[in-house]
Amino acid sequence: MTDDLIRRGLSRRGLLQTTAGLIGGSMLPAMPAFAEDKPIGSYPAGVSGSTAFIGISVPRTGTYAVQGEDELKGYQLAIEHINSGHDLIKKISPKTSKGVLGKELKFGVADSAAKPNEAVQAQQRFISENKAIMITGGTSSAVAVALNKLAQREHVLFVCGISGSNDTTGKDCVRYGFRQNFFGQTAAAAIGPVMVREFGKGKKAAYLTPDYTYGHTVTKSMQDFLATAGWTTVTNQVAPLGAPDYSSYLLNVANSGADVLINVNWGHDAVLSTQQAKQFGVLDKMKLVVPYQVPFIARETGGLMQGVYAATDYWWTIEDKFPLAKMFNEAFEKKYGYKPEWGAENAYVSFAHWARMCEQAGSFNPPDVIKAYEKGETIPSLVGDVHYRPEDHQCVRPVIIVKGKQQKDMKNKEDWYDVVEIVKGEGLMQKPDAFGCHPGDYS
Amino acid sequence: MISWPNLVSQLFNGLALGALLALISSGLTIIYGTLGVLNLAHGAMFMIGGYAGFVAYQYTESFVLAVIAGSLFVMLLGVLMERVIIRHFYHRPHEDQLLVTFGLGICFVELVRLIFSSQSQLVPPPALFQGITNLGFMFYPTYRLAVVGIVAIALGALFIILYRTRLGMIVRAGIEDSVMVDSLGINVYRVFMVVFGIGAMAAGFAGIVNAPVVSLTPGIGDDILVQTFVVVVIGGVGSFPGAILGGLIAGEIISVTSMFNPGYAYVMLFAAMTLVLVVRPHGLLGVQGRE
Repeated sequence: MTDDLIRRGLSRRGLLQTTAGLIGGSMLPAMPAFAEDKPIGSYPAGVSGSTAFIGISVPRTGTYAVQGEDELKGYQLAIEHINSGHDLIKKISPKTSKGVLGKELKFGVADSAAKPNEAVQAQQRFISENKAIMITGGTSSAVAVALNKLAQREHVLFVCGISGSNDTTGKDCVRYGFRQNFFGQTAAAAIGPVMVREFGKGKKAAYLTPDYTYGHTVTKSMQDFLATAGWTTVTNQVAPLGAPDYSSYLLNVANSGADVLINVNWGHDAVLSTQQAKQFGVLDKMKLVVPYQVPFIARETGGLMQGVYAATDYWWTIEDKFPLAKMFNEAFEKKYGYKPEWGAENAYVSFAHWARMCEQAGSFNPPDVIKAYEKGETIPSLVGDVHYRPEDHQCVRPVIIVKGKQQKDMKNKEDWYDVVEIVKGEGLMQKPDAFGCHPGDYS
Repeated sequence: MISWPNLVSQLFNGLALGALLALISSGLTIIYGTLGVLNLAHGAMFMIGGYAGFVAYQYTESFVLAVIAGSLFVMLLGVLMERVIIRHFYHRPHEDQLLVTFGLGICFVELVRLIFSSQSQLVPPPALFQGITNLGFMFYPTYRLAVVGIVAIALGALFIILYRTRLGMIVRAGIEDSVMVDSLGINVYRVFMVVFGIGAMAAGFAGIVNAPVVSLTPGIGDDILVQTFVVVVIGGVGSFPGAILGGLIAGEIISVTSMFNPGYAYVMLFAAMTLVLVVRPHGLLGVQGRE
């Protein structure tokens, strides 16, 4: 065994510590199992006391700030529920009583501003200074991809927040990263048939695409899917993240002769570009589709989503079909005073699933927790039963297709959408290796 | 797809953007030209103008009152800022001025975020300018057309103040040699306060006039600040006509490049700025050797 440890590169000092630990372990049979594990990442240092620390990075400024705040509220509610052993958490993670494995969860929050370097710096700090046992973040797939790499390098679990790029659990997937919300490709596969059914075959589409991994993969996914119904792309206007004005792009769209405008933008970019599309008369000339729905876009555009189709992770009115969604909506609204959007739902479920996996593994030891996820068991979520694919760590979950309600049909000020369809995830998903996922090692 | 109607509509779009940039930049350049202070809070003043107008609109539902309220609020904020903070920095190094105005800008943005959250706020255009106008060769948002006119009037008013009034004469003399103006018995510091107020008001006015075009978020001034600086450098630091010329050039570069490849709009803008700096280091209409 000693030779084996040395072959793995354990230092003499580390060997002595490990040996001492093993001797100590044999003398104290009541100590928890993880005390005997080999240190990896922030484990076991991060959970040696009575708490476990989570590093959260969400955009609180910039074009994705509104969605980042909603996501953060979902995380905070999940942590509160985990620490108090709330009934909703118990439905998702039955073994959770108070905290995870008896450890109270603490967390730190950093503003990523949707910039990968800022998110990585913040999380690096949480890992080295606070011994974060798990990190999260997203609301920009560029951030998610960067944190994937950090997580793999540091051997700390990354439970991805909002990220719709195919790359996140595709070509940039890692052993230490997991994603609950769906691919851009999955969204395209779900909303594409609805568009073809609604608008017909052989249509001309104009795209507004944000210039980074999320935008490019969603646009590509939509183009690929719609090509099968004879749709063509007449223009693809690629704008930088946080563009201050979309008028030039929209003039190109207005002059393109398209039948449908597919707005892939997200966050405030989606709000601004949709408002300006209205100003330029684009929405009078062509139909609008938002393939990856943006939390709060209906209220921020002041009704411009009326009659517009979108694919989303969650819309609160599904509570009449899913009891856990109802419990979540009630708890969230009681705490924050509004109906949760999908950023909050995504955040909450991601943490609840992580807690479940840790409890199932009986340890925070990252390889053990990863293997718990990789069992691929069917587990509860707010949108029914789901499972994580072992090959790419992507959650297989339904996609919800919504259509903006007319103002006269709204039953209350948050009743923005009709749920048109809840499409099962299995039939939408590409194969796990379709985007070149090769997760790294466990250690 | 490049066609004549598309090119003309993009040129027109560039004019609308350029006019707005010209107005904001003129405020920045007047302050720098007169006081020697590069006000990095100028973008935040633009944003605050929008929010102050938004609040006024909520209470009055009058766009005209919103514009007046937004402009006056930012003017008063500018005067206050000058009296309380900036005047202590006139004789300090430029880096101190940059840091203090940058810090103020951050404080303003965060304060607005605290009060209004990050969710965007809508200010609708006045009923008179709603809808789309058929210009014959293209359809264009009526309010954007109006913005070009409103900004042109505002720039005209600024021109009259600067070039046809005694205050303007003192300001322009102060740009050239503030010590000489002071020794002529004119209270330069009171003039400085007024200048800061006028410069800030230009940004605030632009902020509320532009609000129906873009919708308001606390970070709205960040990008504008960068573009404004580029405009000032192209036109010539401290030059009012330079700000107008620079604004129009920047607007056209952004707009026309966007027609061919939107991703290169800012690249071309900065390339143009670099070219100007190489060929005419003091800007197209800047005064060579001005202190």
